[in-house]
Amino acid sequence: MNREEAIKVEDLTVAYGEKPVLWDVDLTVPSGVLMAIIGPNGAGKTTLIKAVLNLVNTAAGRVLIYGEPYSKQRRIVGYVPQRGSVDWDFPTSVKDVVMMGRYGALGWIRRPGKKEADMALAALEKVGMSRFAERQISQLSGGQQQRVFLARALVQDAQVYLMDEPFQGVDATTERAIVTLLQELRAAGKTVVVVHHDLQTVPEYFDWTALLNVRLIASGPVSEVFTEENLRLTYGGRVSFLRHGERNGAPEDEKRTGERGF
Amino acid sequence: MKRGPEKGASDVDFPQIFSDLFLDYTLRTVALGSAVIGIVSGALGSYAVLRKQSLLGDAMSHAALPGIALAFLLTGSKMPLVLIIGAALAGWIATLLIISIVNSTRVKYDTALGMVLSVFFGFGLVLLTIIQKRPDATQAGLDKFLFGQAAALLERDVVTMGILGASAILITMLLWKEFKLLSFDPDFASTLGFPVRVLDVLLTTLIVIAIVLGLQTVGVVLMSAMIVAPAASARQWTDNLGVMIVLSSLFGALAGISGAVLSASVTRLPTGPTIVVCVSAIVIFSMLLAPRRGILWRFFRERRQRGRLRLEGILEDLYSLALEHKDPEHAHSLSVLRLMSAGKGGVERSLEILSERGLVRAVSPGEWALTRAGIEEAERAQGERGGGQDER
Repeated sequence: MNREEAIKVEDLTVAYGEKPVLWDVDLTVPSGVLMAIIGPNGAGKTTLIKAVLNLVNTAAGRVLIYGEPYSKQRRIVGYVPQRGSVDWDFPTSVKDVVMMGRYGALGWIRRPGKKEADMALAALEKVGMSRFAERQISQLSGGQQQRVFLARALVQDAQVYLMDEPFQGVDATTERAIVTLLQELRAAGKTVVVVHHDLQTVPEYFDWTALLNVRLIASGPVSEVFTEENLRLTYGGRVSFLRHGERNGAPEDEKRTGERGF
Repeated sequence: MKRGPEKGASDVDFPQIFSDLFLDYTLRTVALGSAVIGIVSGALGSYAVLRKQSLLGDAMSHAALPGIALAFLLTGSKMPLVLIIGAALAGWIATLLIISIVNSTRVKYDTALGMVLSVFFGFGLVLLTIIQKRPDATQAGLDKFLFGQAAALLERDVVTMGILGASAILITMLLWKEFKLLSFDPDFASTLGFPVRVLDVLLTTLIVIAIVLGLQTVGVVLMSAMIVAPAASARQWTDNLGVMIVLSSLFGALAGISGAVLSASVTRLPTGPTIVVCVSAIVIFSMLLAPRRGILWRFFRERRQRGRLRLEGILEDLYSLALEHKDPEHAHSLSVLRLMSAGKGGVERSLEILSERGLVRAVSPGEWALTRAGIEEAERAQGERGGGQDER
């Protein structure tokens, strides 16, 4: 396996006050994988993504995107923040939000025009939301909000995508639609990193994973590192639901257990 | 304007005020100045409200008082520009202080805001008292900054305000998409490469400018109303940021002009409170009557909804009773229907409405049955409810 390194994190340490949130994390994400970052609450999953995007102050360490510092590679990195991070009562329309993904490419002062509107509509089509283009964003359900955020990342036309819990609080239909979209992105050669909460679906949705609990416990192909041993190291004693043999055939009603209820 | 501009001697006061607006120097100056204040604070206030910084405006305007007093003490000048610069600097320092308190201590945002506001304002009041105790008469009028005095506006003040305000609005127009993104999703703006800190400081500075422009006229105590109220009212009427900002400016101008003109025509009426009374009227009107978001609109929609549900409920009750009897048009007594819609009341009234629509008919006194149209309606309603679990 001799692939290019899409993301390389070296010695990354982040602390809020005196409490370390990430401790000496070294992580390499090869180009073209669909990766889940998993770990318990407070493990620093969101912080890891934000540190890669230079949204939080790091105490130590550095981040490279295809061998260059993030500040030089901004244009090829797309970001899907947590749905709850914005006020959905903001007076704007679905299409306007999606067009925001082009603001970086537009640069200062220039306003989005027909080209940007067309790109936004195409992206909305991809996430099955073209009917809602003119809708006010406060009238969307959780799953629809999530799709709008995905469409906004799609118009960025990036190489590397970082997504913070895109499955949070969406219905089953939307979850399937999002998974399909992520797999299409991987098929197109993009690298996708997703903060994920539902352990049961990791082997089904992803081919690469990183287990995180302040320190990086393990990272690599799901088939190699998504083991009971590593999960216990990550979650402590709290993974009683994942017994041998159940991994690939958990009963339908247990698929929801995961860590979601917390 | 049928009457035209000629001034009849027997005219009552109201048209008099209108003609004065164009002919009377003081009134014209006051109206123009207040319009500028309303437009600028309405536009910039929209951003403050959308970014949930309404209270920051309050802190900034209160904190401006010691700046005004110190500017006077240091320069001995009462030139509005000098005082405005002092006010802006003090407002600025207060804002920075709030931000650094929140960042470096465990004190929460609202507490930091309250502390800085009251400390600065208190200090400002002390300085004002000291100034007023000075033997010379030069200090006269500085206390007008508390509640504002529209009549004190001069033409050159209005020109200064106009230039400053126009520049502020021009910047928001140039950086339209940047400020929009900053207000909606600053983290995302940062990942796109926009210097969020710089934009944040710039927008906050523009809000400070909007505030200090109005201090002389509206006063430090109530200026925050001009930042918050027009924007909050405008938000009620539209879901489009551009429309909201234009509306907010119009509301601000309307409140500013009417308040300032009123206070300038009636002697010793402080301008700030008068303007706030006017803007409050706009707020109340918008909160009550705006379509979709207004309280009255919501009230009637809910009532209509409840009424519709009650009628459907009775139709369905009759339908399920009829099903049990294998005769869709079987008649049932009122008392049974009352039991089924346990305690909700109004069954008779609902039946009357339904019979007016031809959905039910009274077979005999107290006995009701579905009509053919009623059966169809009940089936349709049930179908809708069964399949109505779509996404919101």
